[in-house]
Amino acid sequence: MSIDTVQHAIDDPDHEQPYPELGLKPDEYQRIRDILGRRPTSSELAMYSVMWSEHCSYKSSKVHLRQFGEKKPETDALLVGIGENAGVVDIGEGWAVTFKVESHNHPSYVEPYQGAATGVGGIVRDILSMGARPLAVMDPLRFGPLDAPDTRRVLPGIVAGVGGYGNCLGLPNIGGEVVFDETYLGNPLVNALCVGAMRHEDIHLASAKGVGNLVVLYGARTGGDGIGGVSVLASETFDEGGPTKRPSVQVGDPFMEKLLIEATLEVLHSGLVEGIQDLGGAGISCATSELASNGEGGMHVWLDRVLLRDPTLSPEEILMSESQERMCAIVKPENLAAFEALCTKWDVEAIVIGEVNDSGRLTVDWHGERIVDVPPRTVAHEGPVYERPYHRPAWQDTLQGDAPSGLARPTSPEELRSTLIDLVGSPNLASKSWVTSQYDRYVLGNTVLAQPEDVGMVRVDEETGLGVAISTDCNGRFAKLDPYAGAQLALAESYRNVAASGAVPLAVTNCLNFGSPEDPEVMWQFAEATRGLADGCLALGIPVTGGNVSFYNQTGDTAILPTPVVGVLGVIDDVDRRTPMVWGPDGELIYLLGDTRDEFGGSEWAHHVHGHLGGLPPAVDLDRERLLGEILVAGSRDGMLTAAHDVSDGGVAQALVEMALRSGVGARFWAPEGLDAFTFLFSESAGRAIVVVPRSEELRFTEMCAARQLPAHRIGVVDSGLAADAGFEPGTQVLQYTDVFTVPLSELREVHERTLPEALA
Amino acid sequence: MARVVVDVMLKPEILDPQGRAVQGALGRLGLSGVKDVRQGKQFVIELEGDLEGDRAALMEQLAGELLSNPVIEDFRMTVEQ
Amino acid sequence: MRIGVVTFPGTLDDQDASRAVRVAGAEAVTLWHGDDDLKSVDAVVLPGGFSYGDYLRCGAISRFAPVMRALVDAANGGLPVLGICNGFQILCESHLLPGALTRNDSLHFVCRDQRLRIEDTTSMWTRDYAPGQEIVIPLKNGEGCFVANETTLDELEGEGRVIARYVDVNPNGSRRDIAGIRNARGNVVGLMPHPEHAVEPLTGPSTDGLGFFTSVLNSLVSAS
Repeated sequence: MSIDTVQHAIDDPDHEQPYPELGLKPDEYQRIRDILGRRPTSSELAMYSVMWSEHCSYKSSKVHLRQFGEKKPETDALLVGIGENAGVVDIGEGWAVTFKVESHNHPSYVEPYQGAATGVGGIVRDILSMGARPLAVMDPLRFGPLDAPDTRRVLPGIVAGVGGYGNCLGLPNIGGEVVFDETYLGNPLVNALCVGAMRHEDIHLASAKGVGNLVVLYGARTGGDGIGGVSVLASETFDEGGPTKRPSVQVGDPFMEKLLIEATLEVLHSGLVEGIQDLGGAGISCATSELASNGEGGMHVWLDRVLLRDPTLSPEEILMSESQERMCAIVKPENLAAFEALCTKWDVEAIVIGEVNDSGRLTVDWHGERIVDVPPRTVAHEGPVYERPYHRPAWQDTLQGDAPSGLARPTSPEELRSTLIDLVGSPNLASKSWVTSQYDRYVLGNTVLAQPEDVGMVRVDEETGLGVAISTDCNGRFAKLDPYAGAQLALAESYRNVAASGAVPLAVTNCLNFGSPEDPEVMWQFAEATRGLADGCLALGIPVTGGNVSFYNQTGDTAILPTPVVGVLGVIDDVDRRTPMVWGPDGELIYLLGDTRDEFGGSEWAHHVHGHLGGLPPAVDLDRERLLGEILVAGSRDGMLTAAHDVSDGGVAQALVEMALRSGVGARFWAPEGLDAFTFLFSESAGRAIVVVPRSEELRFTEMCAARQLPAHRIGVVDSGLAADAGFEPGTQVLQYTDVFTVPLSELREVHERTLPEALA
Repeated sequence: MARVVVDVMLKPEILDPQGRAVQGALGRLGLSGVKDVRQGKQFVIELEGDLEGDRAALMEQLAGELLSNPVIEDFRMTVEQ
Repeated sequence: MRIGVVTFPGTLDDQDASRAVRVAGAEAVTLWHGDDDLKSVDAVVLPGGFSYGDYLRCGAISRFAPVMRALVDAANGGLPVLGICNGFQILCESHLLPGALTRNDSLHFVCRDQRLRIEDTTSMWTRDYAPGQEIVIPLKNGEGCFVANETTLDELEGEGRVIARYVDVNPNGSRRDIAGIRNARGNVVGLMPHPEHAVEPLTGPSTDGLGFFTSVLNSLVSAS
């Protein structure tokens, strides 16, 4: 095998290089030549190509993502901002949390199980590399129609992968989403969120500080995972026969990840680590260039020391390998023995691959020959930035003009009842327990709320009861109708969910899933959504702490629904006062907070019943969302609420059904004055929640709402004794819309729970 | 009466966490010189009549698509008629 | 009282088991798979998880850990041992309990709040329950289907060694709805569901699981 060394690059400057196959544009390649003052070696080309890819460099999205920093609200909560692996938020009592969501969409389409599994593994290492102990995971998932053959291929594999990895790793899976839409057929979205906690003093950053400190690679051995593209380079440097076929699929080993977590936390808490970085996309290229450019600015690496699973790997491949379950630590020489001892304790291999210096260069040797000599910032942080052209699609006006007002609406009691039953069993509103029952929600013993509750809530401190709540949401149909409003509606729903649990919303993460950025209409969706989200976060006073962008989710010319998934994290000083969805005994009062309007654009009713998408999404009022959130938190803090539930997809009807099923106790309800039955039941107006108030607290609660000018309508009462009058067996629990219809919970449960098992059997 | 045996192994370049764990255990239990362990699975399929023609082609196809995952696994199929 | 909780590589529910031991009023003592020292504990819990990733067979690699050599001897000498989920699998692989746990009949991992009936209250880990008492505790496993040959199953039934049975739903296809069994002496119990996840109303579906941990404390007190 001949190696393309720096000397070789100088001696043979006109050697033609396969940069287009690596995804680099001619001007990008020229820029690399300008930076280096010569042609890059094949190893350098490998590093630049992967680090300047859309996935690693955010080159198309950067100019828009800047708004999250520029429009950042005033807050003391942010300890570490965007730019690190994940932002860190102060939650009080000396505790900090970090959370982030990332996409693993394309790998999960190719190999559903491993794609989803390694998505979980990657986000967990992100959180770990901040010095935090991972506490829980959540997975927002999106698929094509439930009855499509390809959905039956990818969904079970993805769910099994999420569960197989997360369960074996010992992290509770506390929530997420499962959404179906035809645009996700062939483009399933697999987003993975992890939250972790640490004491303030344990925050670690990815930087290589201290000249003479050692660069230690530890964890799994390096194999040829996920380097399909680079084999172009490898084949250039192989004298004959070419390289063995390299897999584009990465295989996860959750057992190794569990050992890696324990070993990492132990070396961190033992004070043996100066800087730390996980290895994900772009592997060693990314870890070394980022660590070096965030630290003293220089690093030397002996690449041949890397422990290999496959000894035939070329240096280019080693630099780009995406083998999972690896971490990179900066360790003082005097701490190396102790570091290695702890790795041995956990059966984790560790090897020194480099040293920090102040040369300002990242240099890499392969068996004594220099194969990389670059300024690390140019690799890690100073990649290309594009102002991609964008414009409002010509069809946007037509779409918004196609209002749902003309769709046939149910009017008679029978029609209303059957519409309710139909929606409760529709794929998007049906029970997701077929999915979530494959996830361990109990492990670690700190899960206070988990799906199907509005949020996942975990206890952080057993002594004080301090905890965090997280929700992720996005209605892609709303975002299609109006990306700016759609992003804000996703934010608002997530915010509302957190507040409904009694937690105070504190910070935002996002996973922006879109089609091709090279399509100006998709780029417009992206620009509008980011602008909407940034403005929304400013209005709600909660900063974006980090996020992820996934482009190119499209089949041919058809892009997915713009899907800006928004995660909101809230803090609750004592998890004991959380507000669940379960209502209390007979006589408790059901209140609808907020205003209900005739808003059906992008609604589940229009989608499921009429296959219609058009008009405008529900109006956004972030001041109202903020007020509603404050009322929900105050109600929890002062013990005024037994239960609360956000009203969103499927409207009040779906919210009541979910609460009743979770409680196992019936209720009767009625519409507020002036509201027709259909709008009351199925409208998806934003800024609403259902709360359940004990009679003893009613006056106090309604006075609080009145004083703060939040509309509060008494719409029902918990009642377990409705069966007889409605003509059912005594004891049967029913949901009764006074003078309109009565449905037994058993019927609702059957319809709600059978959809997924039947489709996936 | 045909007996089809399909052995499915992860492709050589794909990580095999199971094999790795077994390799460690063999070493700890005193077996020296274990260079590598790969874990696979075997399907034994009993068929009525001989396997030939279209049915043989379909069997071969299903071994590659159903019994193994072509993205990460290789298979070897032997037929005893 | 000091109750040991063993950590193998890949053990996940060790901190939960320790919490349950403390809630029951005992001291939790950490035991490491690589040590052959049981630190003079009064009882041992083998907690749930995926020791060695469940690779090869669940519990198959862990049974050869140094701590298991000491534990098998001590259990044969009467030390109370509770194996939960992966711990149950390790006890079967170690032949301290008969039978084996195989892949769920649904072929899916399942996590649910499971109703059980306590069938035997003579074991050291179940004496605080009433015979026939029904409890709800979490169940979460991918390979929890208890199997044994008919003779062994008849023996277990005949000797009253089935300590708990699934009620309403058999979540994994276990023969005769068996959720847990004990050895002849009653000191070694294996159970697929997770009592340690049901000791606090805040985080569990009930506090029904606490009885396993108080039972062993009471057994030890009355034995001393």
